[in-house]
Amino acid sequence: MADINITVDGRKVTAAQGTLLIEACKSVGIEVPSFCYYPNLSLQGACRMCLVKVEKMPKLQTACTTVISEGMTVTTDSDEIRQARKSMVEMLLGNHPLDCPVCDAGGECELQDMTFSYGAAESKYMEPKNHKDEQQWSPVVYFDRPRCILCYRCVRVCGEAMDVWALGVQNRGVSSIIAPNQEDHLECEECGMCIDICPVGALTSGAYRYKTRPWEMKHVGTICTHCGDGCKTTLGVRRSDTGMEIVRGDNRDKSGINGDFLCIKGRYAFDFAHHDDRITQPLIRKDGRLTPSTWEEASALIGKRFADIRDHQGGQSIGVVGSNRTTNEESYLLQKFARIVLQTNNIDHHRTADFPAFAAGVTGKPESTASMRDVFNAPAMLLIGNNPSEQHPLLAWQIRNNVRLHRARLYVINSQEIKLRRQAANFVPIPEGTEGDVASFLAGDDSAIDTAGNETSDALKPLRDKLRSEQNLVIIFGSEIRGDDISSLVKFGSNIPGSKFICLGDYANSHGAADMGLYPNLLPGYHSISDIGIFHQERGGEIPQTPGLTLPEMVESAKADKLKAFYVVGANPVGRLGLDPFSFSQGFVVVQDMFLTQTAEIADVVLPAANAYEKAGTFTNTCGDLQLLKKAGEVNGTKPDFEMIVRIADAMGFDVRKLVPFGRGTRADMGQSRGAQAGEADRHAVWLEAHGLEPKMSPFDPMAILDEIQRLVPGYDVSRMDLQAGD
Amino acid sequence: MRFSEQFESRFAEMLTHYPTKRSVLVPTLLYAQDESGSLSDEVIKEIAGRLELTELEVRNVISYYSMLTTHPRGKYNVQVCTNIACLLRGADELFEHCEKKFGVKHKGTTADGLFSLEEVECIGACSWAPAVQVNYDFHENLTTEKLDNVLDEYRRK
Ligand code: SF4
Ligand code: SF4
Ligand code: SF4
Ligand code: FES
Ligand code: FES
Repeated sequence: MADINITVDGRKVTAAQGTLLIEACKSVGIEVPSFCYYPNLSLQGACRMCLVKVEKMPKLQTACTTVISEGMTVTTDSDEIRQARKSMVEMLLGNHPLDCPVCDAGGECELQDMTFSYGAAESKYMEPKNHKDEQQWSPVVYFDRPRCILCYRCVRVCGEAMDVWALGVQNRGVSSIIAPNQEDHLECEECGMCIDICPVGALTSGAYRYKTRPWEMKHVGTICTHCGDGCKTTLGVRRSDTGMEIVRGDNRDKSGINGDFLCIKGRYAFDFAHHDDRITQPLIRKDGRLTPSTWEEASALIGKRFADIRDHQGGQSIGVVGSNRTTNEESYLLQKFARIVLQTNNIDHHRTADFPAFAAGVTGKPESTASMRDVFNAPAMLLIGNNPSEQHPLLAWQIRNNVRLHRARLYVINSQEIKLRRQAANFVPIPEGTEGDVASFLAGDDSAIDTAGNETSDALKPLRDKLRSEQNLVIIFGSEIRGDDISSLVKFGSNIPGSKFICLGDYANSHGAADMGLYPNLLPGYHSISDIGIFHQERGGEIPQTPGLTLPEMVESAKADKLKAFYVVGANPVGRLGLDPFSFSQGFVVVQDMFLTQTAEIADVVLPAANAYEKAGTFTNTCGDLQLLKKAGEVNGTKPDFEMIVRIADAMGFDVRKLVPFGRGTRADMGQSRGAQAGEADRHAVWLEAHGLEPKMSPFDPMAILDEIQRLVPGYDVSRMDLQAGD
Repeated sequence: MRFSEQFESRFAEMLTHYPTKRSVLVPTLLYAQDESGSLSDEVIKEIAGRLELTELEVRNVISYYSMLTTHPRGKYNVQVCTNIACLLRGADELFEHCEKKFGVKHKGTTADGLFSLEEVECIGACSWAPAVQVNYDFHENLTTEKLDNVLDEYRRK
């Protein structure tokens, strides 16, 4: 699009055609105040804070609704403008309770900021203020009507952006009020977007209100731990008796892949961290009962038993279960620990999507995975299976807003009438369980869906033709599609120029767990265990080469009394996968968890684990985007799984330097250019040097393992700078 | 929920005029109100369903327009303009007269259900101020006596 040149406050500004004046100003750092304007929501033009002078136009104009045109000359600051803005603020304050000292928004309120900037300190209004008591609309949404400045941001974000349409405006003019959909309460998704977007303290959150002041919290940007989408969240934390308590979560700085979006889970679900049931001391089974103990005693016991079992019964008699919620570093470390310390390939996790099949399908096809950002910009999207509105709220948000703002085409194939069909250009219902057949059909096998009924094939044929004519299509599929069906789908997509894929997995780090090799037959990066490759070279052949047992096989093995030890990190296979708790009654079971789960209840040792809000590391979201976690909360007495694994290795008498590359010179660099040691330079040190990174100084520093992951796992060598910046 | 055939044919016709269904909301509400006297919960639900809107959206629109009401009105809705032109020519007096005569205030309805009273903004009859609108009919250049006659006519109808 052609660029337009305008002059703002004497400065030349160039911006694309169609740009709003307020945005053009922002692009050169000129701030035009606004209340009702909000990027990516429909224009409202209600508050008149953004008034500016446009030459040759008779009256002051609203910068938020004015589209720039060639040669426009604009003044954003003058006595007239200041006066206009001041009067606007004065009017807004006319009925405002000014209860800033107790208002949740105090200190981060846009009305306060504007009043401060424009100094509408005195008021001409003598009339008594209208008062109305605060109302509770839902467990999380509270409404304080007199504080509302009628910017309608809440109404628009709930309707347009969330597609919930739970808020409205009743009456008109001065008597307008924001109203919930059920007269005196809300029936909605409780996402809290309306609360977050409210410029003042009119909408407040049941989880946070009257708890603290914004400046009394520390704000830590990390990644949500509740689904595979990986929203960036800024957690407000505060000291408490038991550590650091997370008081609220939001992403108002719009950093990260989600902008300011968070769903109900990301915004409110952190109270589990300070739950009374949290384990805060290691527990050891003594006389049949789990008894509080010390870290020293617990590590010594685990170290001794693991080493004994390995040495006398062999590594194959030990089983390890990893987690979908631990960091990449922890998963990587766990499989490394299992393979080189415990000498076993018996490692698995609760599998969700078929990531190995997906990885196999897209190998050799660079640029074939879409990031979460791509979903917002793609011209067309195909969604097969899954229900993103519930399982992947951010993905659903990206899809909806791409359709709304960019008129992207969405094609939905699903066995349920999922909510996203409302945005779909084409929705094809299919019988449950036929998603895989649909993949084959799309790939050209017409016989694949004959069984599914003619109606479906009648609808799918034209859809397939339409899809074939698309470009840069993002193909998103749920875990209904697995194995060969994934290759069919990839085959179909590969014929569409520029198409990319997203494979949907359930938990916060399911993708990472898979990438990091929590499989009995696959090493990190889906490297087959039996192929000699980079990992074997690194370890000088210390990795056992026969594939280990899957989780169900481990259970069978335990029942047959062959599996003698079971090490479960951040998973609850007994509760989640319905394993028979008595299968392990003969073995030595170690569980690392936050709570006394059904699995922890059968353990011989339980170690109190920190959750993902309480540690540093990285997560890989379902699209494959790698993101950094920062430590926000803390519960005294717990430790990250990373540290526990290292401690156990140490207690087993293992040289932890071989496990975690820390300190200088993991492997001696002999410094010889010739002779016996030539070429045996410390590969890790060389890699660090080449990437401008320092060696890490502690065996408990997960970043040391991140270095190794980036060095060895395909696809993970992303720029550290981008990672730090959250891009 | 049943509307008259006339309503249905008008509704079907209107739908063809606009690219989106919601565009016919305001006239639909007016026609529905003409038929049922007011917009009950049932009517709101029906119309929201037909136009694929939430009930909240329909309520928002109703609350925006003073012509639309969710409360039943009297048979004759007496709307006294008290905007500037009429005000200057004695509208206040007319309004107070009505208040006394009916024994009700703004937006009230007489006990026999015959008359409702409303104070409204300019109804576009400034040249013949003061003006009063009863349902869809205008009565202009009024005095209290003239207004009495007009109202008596309605009572006799
Ligand atoms: S919490 Fe979310 S769904 Fe509920 S009213 Fe607010 S924006 Fe709408
Ligand atoms: S409640 Fe907040 S967001 Fe909604 S209109 Fe009022 S001030 Fe704006
Ligand atoms: S969409 Fe997923 S990652 Fe984002 S806030 Fe919700 S649960 Fe967390
Ligand atoms: S920001 Fe422009 S009118 Fe509100
Ligand atoms: S002022 Fe009464 S009709 Fe215009």
